[in-house]
Amino acid sequence: MSGYFKELISGTKSLFIGLGITGKYFFEPVVTMQYPMEHVEMTPRFRGHIELIPDEETGEPKCVVCGMCQKGCPSKCISLEGEKREGVKGKVLTKYILNFTTCSLCGQCVESCKFGAIRFSKDYNLAGPRKEDFIFDLIKRLKEKS
Amino acid sequence: MNGLFQQDVNQETFILNLGPQHPATHGVLRVKLEMDGEYIVDAEPVLGYIHRMHEKMGENRTWAQFLPNCGRMDYLSALSYNHGYVAAVERAAGIEVPERAEYLRVITVELNRISSHLLWFGAFVLDLGGFTPLLYAFDDREQILDLLESVTGSRLTYCYFRFGGVYNDIDDSFITGTREFIKRLRKRMPMYDALVTKNIILIKRLKDIGPISKDMARRYGATGPVARGSGIDFDVRKHEPYSVYSEFDFDIPVYEEGDSMARYMVRMDEIEQSMRIIEQALDKLPEGEIQPKKAVKLVKPEKGDYYHAVEAARGSFGVRIVSDGTNSAYRLKLRSPTYSNLSLFGEASRGMLLPDALALMGSLDLVIPEIDR
Repeated sequence: MSGYFKELISGTKSLFIGLGITGKYFFEPVVTMQYPMEHVEMTPRFRGHIELIPDEETGEPKCVVCGMCQKGCPSKCISLEGEKREGVKGKVLTKYILNFTTCSLCGQCVESCKFGAIRFSKDYNLAGPRKEDFIFDLIKRLKEKS
Repeated sequence: MNGLFQQDVNQETFILNLGPQHPATHGVLRVKLEMDGEYIVDAEPVLGYIHRMHEKMGENRTWAQFLPNCGRMDYLSALSYNHGYVAAVERAAGIEVPERAEYLRVITVELNRISSHLLWFGAFVLDLGGFTPLLYAFDDREQILDLLESVTGSRLTYCYFRFGGVYNDIDDSFITGTREFIKRLRKRMPMYDALVTKNIILIKRLKDIGPISKDMARRYGATGPVARGSGIDFDVRKHEPYSVYSEFDFDIPVYEEGDSMARYMVRMDEIEQSMRIIEQALDKLPEGEIQPKKAVKLVKPEKGDYYHAVEAARGSFGVRIVSDGTNSAYRLKLRSPTYSNLSLFGEASRGMLLPDALALMGSLDLVIPEIDR
């Protein structure tokens, strides 16, 4: 019987201790970030979707159309095309489409690129009502950015 | 007209579907419960609602292309799974890993283990009806995610380890950040203790509820905190040391009781042990390369059969590779801990009240995508 009352008292006490802790935290500053109102800075290593890196002199993409990124991609979400042009050494990139609907942001493409032509972007506000919104034309994106 | 319609009223049972969409199952798990009033007569977990053929994918992708899959199985301790797969392939292909890379692996995996346990802690108490601790646990977990994001580049489905090393090196801000975080979490642990562990409602809900005997845990192949809560002293990190775990001084918390409270206590103690490992690893962190000098370009393991197990947050995760010498696996078998841990639910929950069975299920720490794979 005495055990019952002992537990009753210590149990009730434990509830008040818990209430005290939550009460204390109630008056502490807010730790959550008010996301749409506040902008979150991404860390330098943040892996967003990929983007082409422009050549510093010409502004054209550095890509030489070797196709290693396409080959390395586990989800087959990269498709690219290039053509031979007169007066230009190597191939010129004409099409670089990233199907972001199947991309899992693993970064195999960036790792397999030996020419340093692609990198991760810092975009994260990606939401859209249509599937087509996530088929990115990276050449177009590069031209818009510059 | 007897038989079908003339059952004894006391013998009447009914079938209750728990899931596939039920907040207490934390995912698409369905449990078919045969109930006698409030009491469970029999429980049968029905799996496969989120089966994604990860093993088959492993046969069709190259060794490196399978890496991002690891994080999608157990999304709460993605790095442990990454580690298991990478270590298995390294064993198969005979790839040497630089010491610094091994230390980085241990540090990040243990941070990931703490974050997994913190999330479990919050969600478990939420299952039992307490909402506030979840928010406090997420506050701490968020700090770990920030730290891991700064090195790995993602917050949840990490893909940080590579064959022969890791993807990125850590910097001083990560080291100081981790030390500060450990100091912070050490200060918070007594708060969790007072708020949750000593709370009379939690004790009443967990003590002597859902006992799993040593024998039952063995029969179903339970590992991790479930087995350690039943008095089985087994941890792959200690009993079959891989990576550099043999160089650290840490304990394996074991509780003999086998009830839900024991499993709860094992995980809470493991957070402290993980912090000890991280501290020692940061102190001993050697300088050097994070990838082998001769870069691993093409992985082609010799023909053969290889196995490597690691201790993930939920138990022993094993990868069995059968290689035919090509650039993708002939067979990739993934042994996930929660699959075995869930299997004992049917037997363990027999004769329990439904709310108690949910406490038992919560204490098993289920991650459904990992069960189905």
